Amino acid sequence: MSDYNFAYLDEQTKRMIRRAILKGLAVPGYQVPFASREMPMPYGWGTGGVQVSAATLTPEDTFKVIDQGSDDTTNAVSIRKFFEKTAGVAVTEETEKASVIQTRHRIPEAPLREDQILVYQVPIPEPLRFLEPRETETRKMHSLEEYGLMHVKLYEDISQHGAIATAYAYPVKVADRYVMDPSPIPKFDNPKLEMAAIQLFGAGREQRIYAVPPYTKVVSLDFEDYPFEATKADHACDLCAAEDSYLDEVILDDAGNRMFVCSDTDYCRTRREAGHVGRLGEEVAA
Amino acid sequence: MNVSENRAAHGAFGGGFADPAIESAFAFRTAMSVMAKPGEIRALDTAHPPAPLSSAAGTLLLTLCDPETGVFLAGACDTPEMRGWLAFHTGAPVVGADRAEFAVGRWADLVPLDHYRIGTPEYPDRSATLIVEVDTLEAAGATLRGPGIKDSATLSLPDPAAMAGNAMLFPLGLDFFLTCGGRIAALPRSTQISEG
Repeated sequence: MSDYNFAYLDEQTKRMIRRAILKGLAVPGYQVPFASREMPMPYGWGTGGVQVSAATLTPEDTFKVIDQGSDDTTNAVSIRKFFEKTAGVAVTEETEKASVIQTRHRIPEAPLREDQILVYQVPIPEPLRFLEPRETETRKMHSLEEYGLMHVKLYEDISQHGAIATAYAYPVKVADRYVMDPSPIPKFDNPKLEMAAIQLFGAGREQRIYAVPPYTKVVSLDFEDYPFEATKADHACDLCAAEDSYLDEVILDDAGNRMFVCSDTDYCRTRREAGHVGRLGEEVAA
Repeated sequence: MNVSENRAAHGAFGGGFADPAIESAFAFRTAMSVMAKPGEIRALDTAHPPAPLSSAAGTLLLTLCDPETGVFLAGACDTPEMRGWLAFHTGAPVVGADRAEFAVGRWADLVPLDHYRIGTPEYPDRSATLIVEVDTLEAAGATLRGPGIKDSATLSLPDPAAMAGNAMLFPLGLDFFLTCGGRIAALPRSTQISEG
């Protein structure tokens, strides 16, 4: 512990990040520039989320990290260990027990509470970036609330595919003002963006922080005749039989057999321990 | 060691954080919570700045200010003791209202609001945060609605009309912390205010 300052970052860096978080909360959905630091992991591995978590954690927190819903992938394990070592915080895999949850590309299935904080890792914070590559122009578009281009993109989806084909990083409008990239969460998760917990978004390489306070209005962009639809694979989880969770498809063999399992591993485990058994599941010894 | 003993032992520079990394982490979480939930009132009393500044305002300054942030000390807050304390603990330069990232003082000394930076249309975050020292801080008075508030909340505000005018500037505008002794609440520019 004594080899590091608390939570790895130096105090001046944390103050800079904390000021950015406060401005982000005051202007929901607006991307606040911040001086992102080099972290002991490569860009693209959650350096933005890690810096936001470092500025947010206290020694009394219980920390959880998920990667695509899972607690035990490389990215989640290494970030969890990083803060165990540098901040000395307790860690957990249980959504219920966590006070700060860092996530890559999912929102936990269990509803979050007012005393919890959800920190997103964001690769490309600018929802308009693939439509307009110049930062000077996208800044101007946000300032003028000029979001017609985004609706053109969704319309082109409909004209080509017959439906809005955007399945993840589905753009939302926050508090009737800023169009925001919710990070590459599946659009199944979009309705959950209106929640009781504080949501913080960190993009390390792109040097942006943004935030959504609790109970903030978050609307997925759509059209009257093509309303937004939160979609998932039309199956139940093969391990826990859940019909309301987002599913991963797993190929089992060369013969084309496959199974669908909850992407949220904690949700699936909790259900199996409560006695739910799916098509390919086994009874869990109590 | 109580506050007066601490001040006696460390002179004019007493009353700061004993363990800056840990105490500022807890203080920030309180500041973040109240900014995310307008109307919420929380305790914040780690630091003990020179009079007349409140413990909550002093703790907030130590948590958020450093040599990169200009601080405007309004009215009675602008004392040699306060300047010395702020310089010793944070290194923040004392500046005029028009250049301040943070301004601290009583409402009558902070106004008019149009002296402060409210951000630009492209960078609304480049705006001042006002730390307003108030005599009463309670969940009564003006009705608040907006991001961070489930249905509505109530909070005692020093000047609801001026603060409602600030909210009209959204996404530009000022953000407020209200401090009263060892307690704190916040009012971001996103909050809609109605009287009574």
